[in-house]
Amino acid sequence: MAGLSSGCGSGRGGSSLGRCSHAVVRALPESLAQHALRIEKGKEVDFARAEREHQLYVGVLKNKLGLQVLELPADESLPDCVFVEDVAVVCEETALITRPGAPSRRKEVDAMKRALESLNLNIVEMTDENATLDGGDVLFTGREFFVGLSKRTNQRGAEILADTFKDYAVSTVPVYDSLHLKSFCSMAGPNLIAIGSTEAAQKALKTMQQMSDHRYDKLTVPDDAAANCIYLNIPGKGHVLLHRAPEEYPESAKVFEKLKDHMLIPIANTEMEKVDGALTCCSVLINKTSEL
Amino acid sequence: MTTEVGPETEVKKESEQLGADAAKEKHEEATESQENQKSEKTLSEEAQSSPSSPALDTQSSPSSQKKEKDPSEGKGISRFIPPWLKKQKSYTLVEPKDEAKKKPVEERQAVEERESQLPEDMAQPKGNLEEATIESQQEAKADDKEEEKHSVSSADTQPAKEDKEVEVEKVADEQEEKEKVEEKRETKEVQTAEIKIEKAPQKAPKKIKTVPCKVMLLDGTEYSCDLEKRAKGQVLFDKVCEQLNLLEKDYFGLLIRDNSDQKNWLDSSKEIKRQIRSLPWLFTFNVKFYPPDPSQLTEDITRYFLCLQLRQDIASGRLPCSFVTHALLGSYTLQAELGDYDSEEHSNHYISEFQFAPNQTKEMEDKVVELHKTHRGLTPAQADSHFLENAKRLSMYGVDLHHAKDSEGVDIMLGVCANGLLIYKDRLRINRFAWPKILKISYKRSNFYIKVRPAELEQFESTIGFKLPNHRAAKRLWKVCVEHHTFYRLVSPEQPPKAKFLTLGSKFRYSGRTQAQTRQASNLIDRPAPYFERTSSKRVSRSLDGAPVGITDQSLLRDFSATTVGPAGEMVFDGEAVGQTKLKNGEGRDKDGSPTKIPQLELTQDEKKLPSRAEGPCTGASDADKSSDETLNVVEEKKQAEVGIEETVVIDEINRGKMQAVTDAEETCKVEHASKKDSSSLSSDSSSNSSSSDSEDEVVGEYQPHHRAAEDIIKEEQEENEDAKRKEECATKVIQSMETVQEGSMVTVEHMQVTAKALAQENAVAIKAAEKNVMEERKQDLRAEDEEEQLRINGDVSHVDIDVVPQIICCSEPPVVKTEMVTISDATQRTEISTKEVPIVQTETKTITYESPQFDGSAGGDAGVLLSAQTITSESVSTTTTTHITKTVKGGVSETRIEKRIVITGDADIDHDQALAQAIKEAKEQHPDMSVTRVVVHKETELAEEGEE
Repeated sequence: MAGLSSGCGSGRGGSSLGRCSHAVVRALPESLAQHALRIEKGKEVDFARAEREHQLYVGVLKNKLGLQVLELPADESLPDCVFVEDVAVVCEETALITRPGAPSRRKEVDAMKRALESLNLNIVEMTDENATLDGGDVLFTGREFFVGLSKRTNQRGAEILADTFKDYAVSTVPVYDSLHLKSFCSMAGPNLIAIGSTEAAQKALKTMQQMSDHRYDKLTVPDDAAANCIYLNIPGKGHVLLHRAPEEYPESAKVFEKLKDHMLIPIANTEMEKVDGALTCCSVLINKTSEL
Repeated sequence: MTTEVGPETEVKKESEQLGADAAKEKHEEATESQENQKSEKTLSEEAQSSPSSPALDTQSSPSSQKKEKDPSEGKGISRFIPPWLKKQKSYTLVEPKDEAKKKPVEERQAVEERESQLPEDMAQPKGNLEEATIESQQEAKADDKEEEKHSVSSADTQPAKEDKEVEVEKVADEQEEKEKVEEKRETKEVQTAEIKIEKAPQKAPKKIKTVPCKVMLLDGTEYSCDLEKRAKGQVLFDKVCEQLNLLEKDYFGLLIRDNSDQKNWLDSSKEIKRQIRSLPWLFTFNVKFYPPDPSQLTEDITRYFLCLQLRQDIASGRLPCSFVTHALLGSYTLQAELGDYDSEEHSNHYISEFQFAPNQTKEMEDKVVELHKTHRGLTPAQADSHFLENAKRLSMYGVDLHHAKDSEGVDIMLGVCANGLLIYKDRLRINRFAWPKILKISYKRSNFYIKVRPAELEQFESTIGFKLPNHRAAKRLWKVCVEHHTFYRLVSPEQPPKAKFLTLGSKFRYSGRTQAQTRQASNLIDRPAPYFERTSSKRVSRSLDGAPVGITDQSLLRDFSATTVGPAGEMVFDGEAVGQTKLKNGEGRDKDGSPTKIPQLELTQDEKKLPSRAEGPCTGASDADKSSDETLNVVEEKKQAEVGIEETVVIDEINRGKMQAVTDAEETCKVEHASKKDSSSLSSDSSSNSSSSDSEDEVVGEYQPHHRAAEDIIKEEQEENEDAKRKEECATKVIQSMETVQEGSMVTVEHMQVTAKALAQENAVAIKAAEKNVMEERKQDLRAEDEEEQLRINGDVSHVDIDVVPQIICCSEPPVVKTEMVTISDATQRTEISTKEVPIVQTETKTITYESPQFDGSAGGDAGVLLSAQTITSESVSTTTTTHITKTVKGGVSETRIEKRIVITGDADIDHDQALAQAIKEAKEQHPDMSVTRVVVHKETELAEEGEE
């Protein structure tokens, strides 16, 4: 959900993208190292390091950016529960509780639902048993939604999302090689899409460009994983971009460093990446506007 | 599979018209061409002789008779109008008057009877015709043209059927003559036809000149006025805008209120009576083009009306928005209409009287009030502006949705908006075609096609087809696309073909101002902000009633009825009858026929008219131009007279192929390819359709955004740079407009028939007429300057060349070319390109070409300079007419060539020869000052239908 990082107040549109007052995160369970879902077997997760990285991540949101962070406790029976983005899509005052594509993750929604209710959001639940949707497949650009049709997200799920956020166009984008749509892209600024360099990523970008009435700028980075970043627009701090650390993806980091208007915050995500986790995966960003 | 020799007729205007008949046999017989009288006689004889069942009769008689008919062209306009057509017209007229009032059941019966009886009736009229003619003539003389028309219509009674027909003919003749002098003739003819139709149902006294008219305004009030009967839509629209004190009126339009949920816009350039069948005239004033940025509107009052429209859209659910947005927009509405929140005044349930959303909850109302409090201090105009700033961002803002199915039969929605065409499945956008991406928009029958520029790495453009519920829906969508493209993308509207040519192409064009123009104009508005009173949106709910939200699809019904009635002619249907008709047709309509009430009855009557029009040459379909109607007539007649002969497929492609080969410009090729594709696809579609749905659906429209295309070519990637494009477009426009001024003298008419159904026979007739006009030098100069640019810009340039080249003299014996589908090369392309293309199966093709010696220098293959090229497509029940008009300048001589391609689709029932002859005649009639230089007949018979779908 981090990708949706925008809460918009009364004014919609690209300019309000990234406005954020609250964040919901969840601690990682120890079961993550062994039992978290992953596309392919790879290196073993260093759980201690994973925890440190996650604490750093939460610390940035909380301390550096001043967000009010709701930290949900881990649930050992839900190894993927740290990836809160997949279980809720929040836009403005409305939160869609998803029905994750992986059956093992369906119960992750409960804690999230309670948390969002506590924030007085309008909650919409995806109850259709034919629908699946992972928040990681949802890219909100500030003007419209793109929903990746992947192994985790189906047409019906996208339809329900469209019904939930009626103000916005919802376009579907086929996702083939990656876990999620946002495995290779994200918003890096208002009107700016960060996109990976692989063929699949570029193809998806073309699709999105074709579907949109709006013309987006693109920020192409060499590494697909690095294209997943978190853009925030924090009062007093302006454009803020959380991106993967140079130690991980040096070439991509160089690209981000060209963004002169952004406050750049490199964040390492080495361990979570082993279980297909990206930066946006670990938070749900919410903009509560008090006046509304 | 069987191939018949296609009849080819080359006629020079007055000199000799060779009545080319479809069959070789006919040719022999047809030696004498010019005799209209003969033709008429034969016709009458035929009619008389023809038994009740049309099919049988046709088979026997048509071959000989047809031949004779064709020749008539050479003489006066009246000659051109075949007697049968005239008769049919009378038919129509008569029936509606008498029967319309009768009960539906009777009507149905009558319809059936008439269908069967048609031949007989036609025969009978002839005897009376003369008398009737005399009467009519007298009447006509006495009154003005208009009055004449009225008299004709009014005078008609059941017994008078024959008379009416006669009158019509005469009127038409007279008009035509006048038209010759003037350019107006098309309009007049059309009008006559319409007049007849309308008048008949009304039975109004001959001299009624005003019609009560009511317009539902956006604030829920109703504006009433009396309009002159022949008033054009613009008159009413201007009146309404004056009433509203609205200057920026180009964003608005009048919807015809017909109890359907379909939006049928009143064409302001056409007479109202042609477009609406019921009395009194009921309209709804609506926003037609939603300004993408309402803040650019000049006047608050304009924004106010836009707000009212959007409140309707939102409250009715047409413009979906979220809970929060509903609340926010509602709060601005309150602020605009009630001013600042006053806890005392607004304490209670003041809010419940407003409707903010289709499903309004207490929670939402609370939210609205909460937000209303925050808007303190906003003036009404400011509140409206805030309202619009939020509403314009809604994804469905300004999107005109149309139900359709994709090539696989999946339900989708097509959304037309300022930027292009959006494809939705359920709520999801699954594709989008920006205007610059689209090369051509067309429709055939109930199919809607867009030709899309090839993607980056693709070589070929592709054609994407959609299935609409019926051809009316397809046409409606097509028109909306044409209008939206013009309004939002062009600097000035595409120049309509000259008046004369309008006749040929029933092509619809947007005639109003474009957004660019209206912005320019509104910059000049210099008046103090007009005072206006904001009415409470409480009324909105009322106005909604008036709005075309209803599900009943009258238009669909009409189509059905029209279709059903088909050849036989004009019957009055009640709503019920219509519904039944639908059933008969077997075409699945989405909507149920609603019980008709008086106004609906009138509608039905109108429907009757439609069929009648089809029969009558002069009748104009409400939207379609004469040509289309005429085509329709042709087709129907063919049907009536069945020739059992299977006709071979004549491939136009031979001609086309040449043309294409010559062509450098993509567009031309594309167009032609497209047409081919369309035809093929059509056939497939038709086959797929139940047999019942035939001829009706064959309506075609094409629209090519030339300007845009040019721009696109230049800047393909820069879709988004609208400004730049606009500039270019402007330049193009200017050029074109200049071109338009010219008068074209060349007429090329092509008739093609495409197989509609399994045993469908295709006849293609191409008639090319060429005349040279020496242009006035001044014009030349002007044009000369623009020539080069035009060439670049217009893809159709090649087209012109092509036309010129093929003008070779053909003798009476048409060369028969037996080919396997010449189309093949194209076909393959198609298959590659477009998903929907259907492989052509087992076809025999014969092409016969008649060409008259060309006096044109053009024959040399000299391209000349292309001044303008236009493609116009008109549709009728079973016929599709595509008209290419190209104007070139060669050595100081201007040429106008009109190439008309008529595709007649039908079962074996259709007498293709007759249809052909009719088509040629009509082409001549339409352009009396032009000569027919070439007629190419393609007959295509498909043994096996292959439906792609």
